[in-house]
Amino acid sequence: MKLEVQYDSLARQHATARLGMWVFLASESLLFAALFALYAAYRFIYPAEFHAAAAHANVLLGTINTYLLLTSSLTVALSIHETKHGRRRRALVLLAITIGLGVTFEVLKLVEYGLHLRDGIAPGGYYSFSELPAHGAVLYFTLYYLMTGLHALHVLGGLAALAWLWLRLYRGRITSESYLALELGGLYWHLVDLVWIFLWPLIYLVK
Amino acid sequence: MNELLRHLLNLPPQASSVARGIDTLHYTVIGATFAGVALVAAITLYFIIKFRRAGAAPGTTPRVVAPLWLELGVAGGLLTLFCAWWVVGFAQYRELETPPANAIPIYVTAKQWMWKFEYPGGPASSETLVVPVGQPVKLIMTSRDVIHSFYVPAFRIKQDVVPGHVVTTWFEAIAPGSYQVLCTQYCGTRHSFMRAQVIALAPEDFARWLEAARGPLPLPGAKGEGQGLAERGREVAAKHGCLRCHSIDGTPFIGPTWAHSFGTQRALAGGGSVLVDEAYLTESMMDPNAKIAAGFQAVMPSYQGLLDPEETAALLEFIRSLRDVEPVRPAPPPTGPITLPGGSRG
Amino acid sequence: MAEPDYLRAHAGIRSWLLTTDHKRISIMFFVATTLAVMLGGAFAMLLRTKLLIPGPGIMEPITYNRLFTLHGVVMVFMFMVPVIPAVFGNFFLPMMLGAKDLAFPRINLASFYVYVFGACLTLWGMIHGGADTGWTFYAPYATISPTDVAPIALGVFVLGVSSIMTGLNFIATTHMLRREGVRWNTMPIFVWTLYATSIIQVIATPVLGLSVILVALDHALKMGMFDPALGGDPVLFEHLFWFYSHPAVYIMILPAMGVVAEIVPTFARKNQFSYKALAYSSLGIAFIGFLTWGHHLFVAGISQLDAALFGIMSMFVAIFSAIKVFTWVGTLYRGSISLKTPLLYVFAFIYLFAFGGMTGIAVATTSLDVHWHDTYFVIAHFHFIMIGGTLTAFLGAVHYWFPKMFGRMYPERLGVVSAVLVFGGFNLTFVPQFLLGNAGMPRRYATYPAQFQTLNIVSTIGAYTLGAALLLTLTYLIVSLFRGKRAPANPWGSRGFEWRTPSPPPEHNFVEPFDPALGPYAYDQPDPKEAA
Repeated sequence: MKLEVQYDSLARQHATARLGMWVFLASESLLFAALFALYAAYRFIYPAEFHAAAAHANVLLGTINTYLLLTSSLTVALSIHETKHGRRRRALVLLAITIGLGVTFEVLKLVEYGLHLRDGIAPGGYYSFSELPAHGAVLYFTLYYLMTGLHALHVLGGLAALAWLWLRLYRGRITSESYLALELGGLYWHLVDLVWIFLWPLIYLVK
Repeated sequence: MNELLRHLLNLPPQASSVARGIDTLHYTVIGATFAGVALVAAITLYFIIKFRRAGAAPGTTPRVVAPLWLELGVAGGLLTLFCAWWVVGFAQYRELETPPANAIPIYVTAKQWMWKFEYPGGPASSETLVVPVGQPVKLIMTSRDVIHSFYVPAFRIKQDVVPGHVVTTWFEAIAPGSYQVLCTQYCGTRHSFMRAQVIALAPEDFARWLEAARGPLPLPGAKGEGQGLAERGREVAAKHGCLRCHSIDGTPFIGPTWAHSFGTQRALAGGGSVLVDEAYLTESMMDPNAKIAAGFQAVMPSYQGLLDPEETAALLEFIRSLRDVEPVRPAPPPTGPITLPGGSRG
Repeated sequence: MAEPDYLRAHAGIRSWLLTTDHKRISIMFFVATTLAVMLGGAFAMLLRTKLLIPGPGIMEPITYNRLFTLHGVVMVFMFMVPVIPAVFGNFFLPMMLGAKDLAFPRINLASFYVYVFGACLTLWGMIHGGADTGWTFYAPYATISPTDVAPIALGVFVLGVSSIMTGLNFIATTHMLRREGVRWNTMPIFVWTLYATSIIQVIATPVLGLSVILVALDHALKMGMFDPALGGDPVLFEHLFWFYSHPAVYIMILPAMGVVAEIVPTFARKNQFSYKALAYSSLGIAFIGFLTWGHHLFVAGISQLDAALFGIMSMFVAIFSAIKVFTWVGTLYRGSISLKTPLLYVFAFIYLFAFGGMTGIAVATTSLDVHWHDTYFVIAHFHFIMIGGTLTAFLGAVHYWFPKMFGRMYPERLGVVSAVLVFGGFNLTFVPQFLLGNAGMPRRYATYPAQFQTLNIVSTIGAYTLGAALLLTLTYLIVSLFRGKRAPANPWGSRGFEWRTPSPPPEHNFVEPFDPALGPYAYDQPDPKEAA
């Protein structure tokens, strides 16, 4: 990485990049926090309806997705570790696994959406689920789509970034001396995982 | 003095029981504002004149730092002053939010772009809200579409009217007159046209007006402006199946009877009791398991989303109209397993 | 051989459009935000012209409703929120830290293009007729409005992203790019206020982003998050919206307060009366400002407990501003005061901000707010802060830093005349609006009861005066760009770090090294540069 004119050392430049990424992650957390707050408010108002609606969440798919994401956080961290120690081959494999796990996550999410839509569980004005009257329950499902949808969009962005990083690693632009970009990408991926860790119990496990 | 300040500040007449007190706080706060800003301006002006630069700039100026006691004094003094205003303002706000027990209820429906007023057991009207002087009036309000706001500048009262909520405000007019009502929450194209009038009449005049407004009952089955609200409530009760569980003549049945219930204390399962008023009845319709009456079981379904605000208001009025009906057979309430007629909710 | 200044260092349109020099990006933001304020001002002139008569006149109510919405959206999101940080923060934050650029120059350039994209989206929405929901987009009206709400809401979202990028850049720069000797407790106060602003931008703006996305989804796709028929609660939207929009007003005022804290010591030639008070109060405003949003909901049906808590927090946050006013005035004491245009604008600021701030205390007094909420009293209150405060400070900043940014002086006499006209026009416009609010005239009224007409006419005359004064200012400033007297490096004799370099500065900011150890306000010490 080239030293920019406003920095007097590469160490400072890298430390600043890391700080910038942390600030960005804090900002993104607030985006999800607002949705969580909305969820909490409506849950407080409609405890029975949310309880009834949550019974229709696909706990199996949700739990599989949790394992996929948790594992992917591990593999990306390992990938950085291997890069640091100059083991490029292993790093590429681990990063590819991370991307694969992320893609699987997205596919399962689409499957889950498809299953819900087939039953008529759609957000807002399109809701037509015969088992549960709309009032109150539809809010649970709309929030479900909004929260998991926003999260899935962030996963998509993360996958794009990881794919670009894989190419750079492959082409030798990321090395054991210069792997800051991979570190930053890994940090972002951990946030995406962390958000899911909060989402999963709230939507799938809560009674 | 009050009148002088009121005119200087362009405030409307103090036509409600709370207006004078609120204006007094207003004068205090605004007076302090003017005084404080004048002080700041005066000190600044004084410094500009006393310390203005004459000739070339000096090489240095003396180092002056604010003493901590002065900073804390200014901050503490101002905070004390602001909190004192907050205390008075909050006390007045609580009064504004708490209708007196003897307030007569009037139902208000806001919709784009008009106000509708309905009297218990009596007439309904748009654009004009007739009230007696010297008698607290409680407005029970909801909106049919978007957020509106009921504002009477002369009374110093305001309440946002939110769809999906039933909100209350109250006032007591202290002088006969006509007072403007303005919608003050932007609600669409004709927001600025959504106005009404409060007409305050001397009590005898009000009684005469109400008598005349009630008039002969319309033909049975007729609906509309002339129909009494309680009659409408009876229709709603029949239509939504309430009468399958609740009697109106005191007969004990699946749910508590509506006869002689409004305004009484009701014992609750698990201890405690509650006053049977609009709030409790509305809650019972929307969230029936929140409070279970002693001796009854939790079998009532929720009507949230099934009753619109106008129907809710009508039901409340109908139940209220039955408060003097003596129960026909004061037998103990049923116990044991319940079978609902029809098997599902009405 | 003198290094060329940043304006002349590279030539050609591409060297501007693809620049990473924070000073050039600042100039591009300057042009964009000036266009924005002219657009928002044009809407205001149309509104005030309509309000000369009580009836609809030649303007349909729905047109009026669209105009006040666009006026709010353009002024808040395209001018007030970005202007001082993206123009003066961009230009001077690095210089005040003794740095050569911001931490992330390319993110800085990206923030400009994101701003332009957001502005274009909003403009596109405007061309389609624009929304009529008010800049506050309250549910459920925003869902059922017949106007094109989604593009405007999305435009606001994108403008918010630009705001976050700026804030992120400033936070990283302040932490990591301070030159040796520039410490947290000696760096310029303008940096402190930008830092506090950036924290709010980074934490609060995502919540706004979510709110406007929900508005767009509700309107375009009937998501129904706040639709009572589906169980939604419109008051919840108000909470969500104001959670950002109250801290947003501190985003709009804090940088202006920083400008004041730079101008006063320079023109009074005096150290800060209390550096610590100015620094800590900035953080105090940022923190406590997050806890006051419910005072916009006093009559919306919140509980009495909520009303009490939000009311007391609103009283508390005002103390920080009061301490700042106290400190600015105290800095004049025993100084050597030179009455130039920047200082005149600062005096206007101190008076108008103190008055506007006290009317803020008044509306925070819960029972009084019941009468004033959603009336012209509130409009007058926030225009006193935003025009009397932020715009006035902005004009002070323009005149103060004009020589440094462009190497030219503005005409001092015209500056004084303009400042007086701006002050007079402003008061004529907005003082009557306090009286209109007292009388009960609601806001967002395309037509009004006839008894309010006289004060409305006075207010409109004031608006024309204010508009003319601002146009005059813009004119002589543009002329001065080409014909102004050449400016020396330090026309005001300031000890600020940004003055320790030629006017305009070279591309990498500083030519000679300087020792920042004494800080930028050490007027009690002889000037090291002069001594040497």
